[in-house]
Amino acid sequence: MLEQETNPTISKSTGLPRKRFYRARAHSNPLSDSHFPVPISPSHVDYSLHYPHFFPPADQVNCSKKIQFADIGCGFGGLLISLSTLFPEVLMIGMELRDKVTEYVKERILALRVSNPGQYQNISVVRTNSMKYIPNYFENGQLTKMFFLFPDPHFKEKNHRRRVISPHLLDEYAYVLGVGGIIYTITDVEELGEWMRSCLENHPMFEALTKEELEADPVVKLLSSATEEGQKVARNGGQTFQAVFRRIVPTS
Amino acid sequence: MEEKQIEEKETNRNVEVAPALIAVHPNQNSVAVAIGSDLRVYDLLGDCAVSLPDDSSPPFHKDSIRAIRYGANGKLFVSAGDDKVVKIWSAESWKCISAVVGAVVISKEGQHVCFADKFGVVWVVDLRDINGNQAVVDKKAAPLLAHYCSIITSLEFSPDGQFIISADRDFKIRVTVFPKGPLDGAHEIQSFCLGHTEFVSCLDFVCTVDYPQGYLVSGSGDSTVRLWDIISGSLLDTCEVGAKAGHLEFDGSDEGYSTVTDLCTIPNSTLVAVAIQSLQGIVLLNCDISAQTLSVAKVVSIKGENFVPTNLGSSSSSGLLWMVTGAANLPRFDHPSASRVKVISGFKKSSSPEAVEANVLEDDDIPGGVKMLEKLQGSASVEEKVFVTVAEAVKTAMCNLLIKKQYSVEKREFRKSTRNDKKIKQ
Repeated sequence: MLEQETNPTISKSTGLPRKRFYRARAHSNPLSDSHFPVPISPSHVDYSLHYPHFFPPADQVNCSKKIQFADIGCGFGGLLISLSTLFPEVLMIGMELRDKVTEYVKERILALRVSNPGQYQNISVVRTNSMKYIPNYFENGQLTKMFFLFPDPHFKEKNHRRRVISPHLLDEYAYVLGVGGIIYTITDVEELGEWMRSCLENHPMFEALTKEELEADPVVKLLSSATEEGQKVARNGGQTFQAVFRRIVPTS
Repeated sequence: MEEKQIEEKETNRNVEVAPALIAVHPNQNSVAVAIGSDLRVYDLLGDCAVSLPDDSSPPFHKDSIRAIRYGANGKLFVSAGDDKVVKIWSAESWKCISAVVGAVVISKEGQHVCFADKFGVVWVVDLRDINGNQAVVDKKAAPLLAHYCSIITSLEFSPDGQFIISADRDFKIRVTVFPKGPLDGAHEIQSFCLGHTEFVSCLDFVCTVDYPQGYLVSGSGDSTVRLWDIISGSLLDTCEVGAKAGHLEFDGSDEGYSTVTDLCTIPNSTLVAVAIQSLQGIVLLNCDISAQTLSVAKVVSIKGENFVPTNLGSSSSSGLLWMVTGAANLPRFDHPSASRVKVISGFKKSSSPEAVEANVLEDDDIPGGVKMLEKLQGSASVEEKVFVTVAEAVKTAMCNLLIKKQYSVEKREFRKSTRNDKKIKQ
């Protein structure tokens, strides 16, 4: 594999991309109008680009699958990779704002698909600003799960409007999540954890999962263990704060 | 846009050019023109100019007025300006009855006033406690919904008042259920109308007696007018007004030459009047309700004057289309502000849309006549040359505000060079 020999960014032993060549600052400005293509509407999302196994470009057979899980701010892709084998028939996508990190995840998925034939075909990543463009990617009620793992805390009060979970943005997330769909959030910053829980509690279209439901959900355990960020928090013996809510029909 | 042009225009942006606005009372009792921070009203019933006493604090508008609107029942009038004040006036006594600190675009339907601020949040104020003669009361606004970090360009209510439609500069139109208790926020999104490829500049509804729900029409910087079904968000038809208006005089490097600046449905008809930058006149579109299509019915040119409308208005009773052109804060100019009002009539007479007869009225034939024009324009006649510059200035202002700047890679790197948070290599 000539490519791997000359390309230092891919490890020779595992065939997976090396993180140190894809280093990026943890913070990215969600307000800057970056230059990445945005689909005009959900019907313009190129499924054959992301999931060629399910949507072969030349094939006449029409696959009617739609993306059902979205990892908002997917980082280096840890959660997607864990979810992929847990739900092999479900299409999932990671959304990430940082260019280099998105490239890393792309390379990682490609490498995994090569080394594990038939697997990891249901996950993909796209570089986009999910706070602005979620309605461009997903139709009303399309998603069944949305993930917000260790989002940027934006500590200063004047920057609270930039938080990815906010009363206004929850309207949009409620729109793309079908009734019964679940939103998973976790953070190691206590104040942010309280903020996210409070926003969800006060929103008429979300209700909290019960303790029993949380224990029964296999995905909940992955929140703190599957991602690089989660593993770092565990290594440092930090505490995490979860808020898992279900999308409901508004009561009024 | 050429980068040199951007820089030049950026330095002129300190006081932004404010396009002239026009609004007509639903029963054509009065007509109002806003030019800069000046609000001018003419009483068409009494055939006299209205002088506005303003006892509210802050008095009048200190900065350019960005939006004016009459309420559907004709009792109230709202004005909002760059000074972040939204003023609610009685349309009968013209006393200013409330001043809320907010900003820019307004919409109103009976009991509530909605306006948007610069962060893309739409606020709502409940007017139920105010009757026309109450003295000044300070009303608190509550956040209704938000378009994340975008500029909201237009707000409209659906004809049945069930939905509020908001359009932004990021090409989106959002349809939200307007709840019984809007002060708690409008959380239920009905649909997104996605399809425009540039900022959405204006919204209106086409509806008839047979089809009261109506369809939404939107105009955009992508020089199209589109027809939508708001319940599903589906795009029903697209009309390339810029191209179809037979518009050959455009400069390839100049962006926004056929941006749709404003549109206005002619009440009790299926006609939509569209104002396009660089077009001296308006394009009349016809909406075929059953076929769900939009087509160009006629291009109405204004002959004999340089008249590129900046804003359109109509009243439900009269079937007249009112147009204004003009701007305030014009840079490097003898006249800091100028405005011209014209009216088109004749829509009612046509039985079929193909045979639309639209006549541009002479100044004397306009309701209110020369006296009204004097009040609203500031003078009965205005120099021709003024309006050539006005059209240019308004075009630039709109582009600066709504079209995203494109920087070359070198320019972007140069702009980043002032960042001070990079790790320094040891």
